[in-house]
Amino acid sequence: MYDVVVVGAGVTGAFIARELSKYRLSILVIDKESDVAMGTSKANSAIVHAGYDAVPGTLKALLNIRGNKMMKRISEELDVSFKMTGSLVVCFSKDGIFELEELKIRGFKNGVEDLEIIGADRLREMEPNISPNAVVALYAPSAGIICPYELTLHAMENAVENGAELKLECELSGISYDREVFRLETTKGVIECRYLVNAAGLYSDTVAEMAGDHSFRINPRKGEYVLLDKIYGSFVNRVIFQLPTDKGKGVLVTPTVDGNLLVGPNAEDIDDKTDTSTTSRGLSEVINVARLSVPSLDTRGIITSFAGLRATGSTGDFIIGPSPVNNKLIHAAGIESPGLTAAPAIGEMVADVLKKNGLKLEDKPDYCPYIEKYTPSRKMSESQWNEAVKKDPAHGRIVCRCEKITEADIVASIRRTIGARNVDAVKRRTRAGMGRCQGGFCSPRVVEILSKELGIPFEEVTKSGGKSVFLLKKTK
Amino acid sequence: MKEVDLVVIGGGPAGMAAAVKAKEKGVQDVLILERENSLGGILNQCIHNGFGLHYFGEELTGLEYAARFIDKVHRMNIPYCLETMVLNIGSDKTVTAVNSTEGVFTIKAKSIILAMGCRERTRGALNIPGTRPSGIYTAGTAQKYVNIYGYMPGKSVVILGSGDIGLIMARRLTLEGAEVKMVCELLPYSSGLTRNIVQCLDDYNIPLKLNHTVVAVHGKERLEGVTVAEVDQNRKPIPETAEFVPCDTLLLSVGLIPENELSRDAGIELDPVTSGPVVDARMETSVEGIFACGNVAHVHDLVDNVSNESELAGESAAEYILGINVPDRSETIVVKAGNGIRYTVPQLIRKQSLSRDTVKIFFRVADVYRNVRLAARCGNNILVERKRIKVTPGEMETLELKSQDLREINAGEELVIELRTDGEGH
Repeated sequence: MYDVVVVGAGVTGAFIARELSKYRLSILVIDKESDVAMGTSKANSAIVHAGYDAVPGTLKALLNIRGNKMMKRISEELDVSFKMTGSLVVCFSKDGIFELEELKIRGFKNGVEDLEIIGADRLREMEPNISPNAVVALYAPSAGIICPYELTLHAMENAVENGAELKLECELSGISYDREVFRLETTKGVIECRYLVNAAGLYSDTVAEMAGDHSFRINPRKGEYVLLDKIYGSFVNRVIFQLPTDKGKGVLVTPTVDGNLLVGPNAEDIDDKTDTSTTSRGLSEVINVARLSVPSLDTRGIITSFAGLRATGSTGDFIIGPSPVNNKLIHAAGIESPGLTAAPAIGEMVADVLKKNGLKLEDKPDYCPYIEKYTPSRKMSESQWNEAVKKDPAHGRIVCRCEKITEADIVASIRRTIGARNVDAVKRRTRAGMGRCQGGFCSPRVVEILSKELGIPFEEVTKSGGKSVFLLKKTK
Repeated sequence: MKEVDLVVIGGGPAGMAAAVKAKEKGVQDVLILERENSLGGILNQCIHNGFGLHYFGEELTGLEYAARFIDKVHRMNIPYCLETMVLNIGSDKTVTAVNSTEGVFTIKAKSIILAMGCRERTRGALNIPGTRPSGIYTAGTAQKYVNIYGYMPGKSVVILGSGDIGLIMARRLTLEGAEVKMVCELLPYSSGLTRNIVQCLDDYNIPLKLNHTVVAVHGKERLEGVTVAEVDQNRKPIPETAEFVPCDTLLLSVGLIPENELSRDAGIELDPVTSGPVVDARMETSVEGIFACGNVAHVHDLVDNVSNESELAGESAAEYILGINVPDRSETIVVKAGNGIRYTVPQLIRKQSLSRDTVKIFFRVADVYRNVRLAARCGNNILVERKRIKVTPGEMETLELKSQDLREINAGEELVIELRTDGEGH
């Protein structure tokens, strides 16, 4: 029997688990996927928003601002790459200034006090590649970029290191509630708990329905992205938005913390919550719209494309609070943008909601907010790297030549608190295969290392769990 | 800091030929840095034959071809470091590398030869839409799984792109019991060698679908199929022709890209068409004393040509180190890809480096042409002209020019390589 079970190991579930791991509680996080951050958390814009878009007074506004303010400390505690680059909303007509003024006022109401409207000259000085048609922009210095799956992984690892449990490939199929105990039917057997937190992302309405709660729906809204080679990483210096529409913040162009250039997303309401396929129409839309901001965007630099699904809730705002049918079931649902930014603040809020609904939060004196830091070989100084090679020659063997990832880095990613179990999981933890050759050279080596470390034959090593094997059988 | 006369980056066919030639020409102190665990480069996974007809006058497998050069390296006592990854090249000709015995180390070289080879274009670079299952490999990666690791990547296969590695893999996978359903080629002609189309597809009844491409990838975990469609003259898919082809494997053989990240960091000028360094007729890059050869300079279809080109680079590096025939870099003739020509290597000729009798210009045509003449022209003066019944972009062309003719061209003038027709073209 657990005090709390959290359904969903995305960024929201991870920060809820981390927050709860500060207290003397037995906590379990379950997820149907083979790794953490497998839904919206791994395929999004990777932006820490300043907080001027959300309607004042909404949870989106409140938690965005709070999350933004927490992010620097969080990134230090959790050893996550985070850069406060600032963002720009650019306008292509002088009239746009009125809409920018409105955003600025909205930002001020939300508590973003350093917003500034800048003219064409300053804009071009800040962003030399910006379109000559861009005449005015809203500058938000407190926006930033982060690695969303690293943030999720490290938050969850920190929770696990503080005593929370994590069960992956554990899919929830039914919920019953009797004598103050939830009985969860899962693919890994029956699990019991006193409180249930629904952080199931796209599937949080399904989870709610299992408990008889039909109060909201989640509609998947697809966004497609293209990622460009590192030689284009400084093509822009900040997150470049265009004016927001009713479907979102529009197509952005941004550097990533790892030095690539990310372009996207479009927004398309779809029905299938598993449909993360890209489309030629979507990808060309993204490129064409981005070129309004940066006309010289070079598509020859594209190294990969992907799609993510926003978990758009039917209420328009984040849905955080006790279920109307059972106050021991707490929802953290409808977490679309700015959900990544807000995640740490959502964690705090959910803990508070649990407390208000009777969960006793008793401080755990040995709670440690810091994750054990791992420095990949390539980020070491020359003398550190040499020391590391002396201790373990695997630090001197580069496996992924594009990203300069060593065998030691890959082994460490498999052995860490939440270890990689497949090639994509290694990739998210180390960046092996993220580069311009997209794993062409390194994936055979990664398969080999996974096989050895996990003690499984080559034919059982997968790309991303399930039946996604690379190799079928030995040759004749 | 360790000092070495010549550092050769890459121990594949290009690097080995260059190192051997440089040593033959009198450079005592040569070092090869190789990132893999053996010399030989991509030839190590080429167990098929067809190598060496031009260079050795006999047909060898890739492994045998590599072995001959590995023997030469050993016989000439040329030192090499394996599993050694070069991290950086400075324009001052310092080379920083890492391996598991020495850690990170920097070498000061008098001259550097770039011989890093190329990589394969990926699905991402093509932007093929759809899901992201396992079962999609570049042809070379699949070749590595089959020939080096001894594992089959799949049993029913569609190949996109008719590059040589894809053609070779069509045969290899068929021989291993897989069903290769088709090879789709976006263009109206194959970019592979004719002999490979005959020996790897025709002999096994594997259809080559010209003007076809993969427009979508299906399958959540493992690949379940692809949608194939015909394309129009503008290479746009025709929706009505879309057809679902069930398969568990998609191989991509859609082009090779010279690996010039190190060159770029060293400030070496790159040619946007070849994606390799701009080189002169001695294979010297824009940075004095840094040479390039093999697939890092431009993608070759025959390793025999790589060996020849690399020997030229090795000889030039030797002359540079020994201070022989080092040209004044200011007097250059620009070699221009004219009508019907996609690129040339070299891209320029230094007038004072014309110490050999002839200069070879390598180039590719931009399309398939019949009954044409390939010509080198300066102004109205045609220096060389050769008739060809058929030329295709898949087969590299050469023209050999007499140095005495080139000497008469003024510095700054253009030498145009072009395709001339008698009116009937295509």
